[in-house]
Amino acid sequence: MKQFLMGNQVLAKAALDAGAKMMFGYPITPSTEILETWAKFCLKDKSLSLLQTEDEMAAGFGVIGSCLAGVPAFTATAGPGNILMQDAFVMAEALRIPMVSMIMQRGGMSTSTVIYSQEEVRLTCFGGNSEGFRIVYSTSNLQELYDYTLKAFQVAWKYRWPTFILADGYQGKMQGEVEIMDNGEWRMENLKSILTKGVNLRNCYNLEEEIGEIIVNYSDEYNKVRGGIEEYEEYQVKDAKIVLIAHGIVAAAAKVAVDELRKRGGSIGLFRPITLRPFPVQAATKILNKAEKIIVLESAIGQLAELFKAELFGLNTTLIEINKPAVGFTPEEIVKTIKSFQ
Amino acid sequence: MDNLPRFPKCYKAESKPHKFCPGCGHPIVLKMLGQVIDEMGIADKVVFMVDIGCSLLAWDYFDLPTTQTHHGRTVPTAVGFKLADPEKIVIAYVGDGGAYAIGLQHTLTTCLRNNPITTIVVNNTVYAMTGGQLAPTTVDNEITTTTPAGKTEFTTLKGPELLKTIAGKEAYIARGTTDKPLVLKQYLKKAIETQIQGNFSLVEAVSACPVNWKTDAPKTIQRIQELEKEFQLGEF
Repeated sequence: MKQFLMGNQVLAKAALDAGAKMMFGYPITPSTEILETWAKFCLKDKSLSLLQTEDEMAAGFGVIGSCLAGVPAFTATAGPGNILMQDAFVMAEALRIPMVSMIMQRGGMSTSTVIYSQEEVRLTCFGGNSEGFRIVYSTSNLQELYDYTLKAFQVAWKYRWPTFILADGYQGKMQGEVEIMDNGEWRMENLKSILTKGVNLRNCYNLEEEIGEIIVNYSDEYNKVRGGIEEYEEYQVKDAKIVLIAHGIVAAAAKVAVDELRKRGGSIGLFRPITLRPFPVQAATKILNKAEKIIVLESAIGQLAELFKAELFGLNTTLIEINKPAVGFTPEEIVKTIKSFQ
Repeated sequence: MDNLPRFPKCYKAESKPHKFCPGCGHPIVLKMLGQVIDEMGIADKVVFMVDIGCSLLAWDYFDLPTTQTHHGRTVPTAVGFKLADPEKIVIAYVGDGGAYAIGLQHTLTTCLRNNPITTIVVNNTVYAMTGGQLAPTTVDNEITTTTPAGKTEFTTLKGPELLKTIAGKEAYIARGTTDKPLVLKQYLKKAIETQIQGNFSLVEAVSACPVNWKTDAPKTIQRIQELEKEFQLGEF
């Protein structure tokens, strides 16, 4: 069934349809409507609950508490709230807590704007004193907000890594039609209480070797399952001499630009990572190997590019980075910029 | 041997002897808590959460579902668990730094909202695990590693008194001492009963840290008794 909704409403609706029962959150623009929409759901359905916490740390740890009890929960935040929540996110990595968090990127640095940027890529993927044992989906339209939130809960509980929907203020505030599932909840695999009899959990260790071994094991486990998690979209790349790389809403603009440039006879395509963690490295290198020029477009300085650049070591291809920190891209300007490189 | 008090049944035998320093107050608080859990017959319902600092050494103290969290974040984790599974009895075990400094906003707000969890605060007036620094509970003229000339700058934070100003009528707030364990035990029991009735409870235990206080056994007891004059004992 199609519904006309705002992006933040889509996210709350998707969490509901995914089977989430609790939300913990602290209001912050541009994510606040997620909290408000969930509050309305709670009025109608008494099996749901909401705790508006005293800060983002309490929200993050509240979600962890709920997950420990085996009840799927989530939070939503942005910018400075994302920074405070790293406290909880890294504990979720260490204790393998399937918490789901929606990050609606606003401007960086610091408080910045309440509107838009892609400045929270690094923070969301690698914000902890850890190795980035996280799953991060970067959505690029309203339908994906819905579809990937459904998936995020599934994947979080299946693999037990903290899982993120990384969107932005543009996606959160835009309105449009979204195809909503008709018949109730998805079922989550492996959904059960974590803190049960006989379980004593800690994230503090006495010896370097003890924690070193755990990190190595986590890394092995993460690498073992990453192939089943990695997602990407390739668009018109088969014969493309120029391959654009963009994620999130920038990729939506880039896709329109590819169509336009193709109409004018350009040999151009788009590679769009959907999971920024784990980054679809193999797929990316396979496609990029064949390109003559790689052009990275992002609303940050190099935060997307650094996720894969090291993997291209030795590749004899020109890589151009077009960075517009905190500012969006229109298809028209992408067309104009690319033409200058052709 | 029969006359000696037994270990609580909810203790985890393989983690004993415990890891606290000789003369530490934590094992007294934990033993009283263990006895309360045994006597109330609630071991199958209790979920235990511990903070950072010396309290983290209790992460495998009991044969109860237990998790350690981050500094100051035990209370919100406990709140999240309790909301998700209200049938459980959730106990947050923290130090004075966790409860009244880095986690004060959580302690206050959880009390304000009357979330039905039990917080146990072990107050030894210093940051003990890191080697004896100034805490909000450090008393006047007390020498710590960050106040080597003695603390004089501000007053001493009194957690239960502060919380009482915002607590609901049904909440339970008390301060006991490791010097009088059986009284402390009564407070812990009432605190858990209060949670079962659906209300917030907090018990502070004035405790000893001979290592950081640099006191021998008689002086440790003397020091606790001095602190009992500074920190009013009883139910609030």
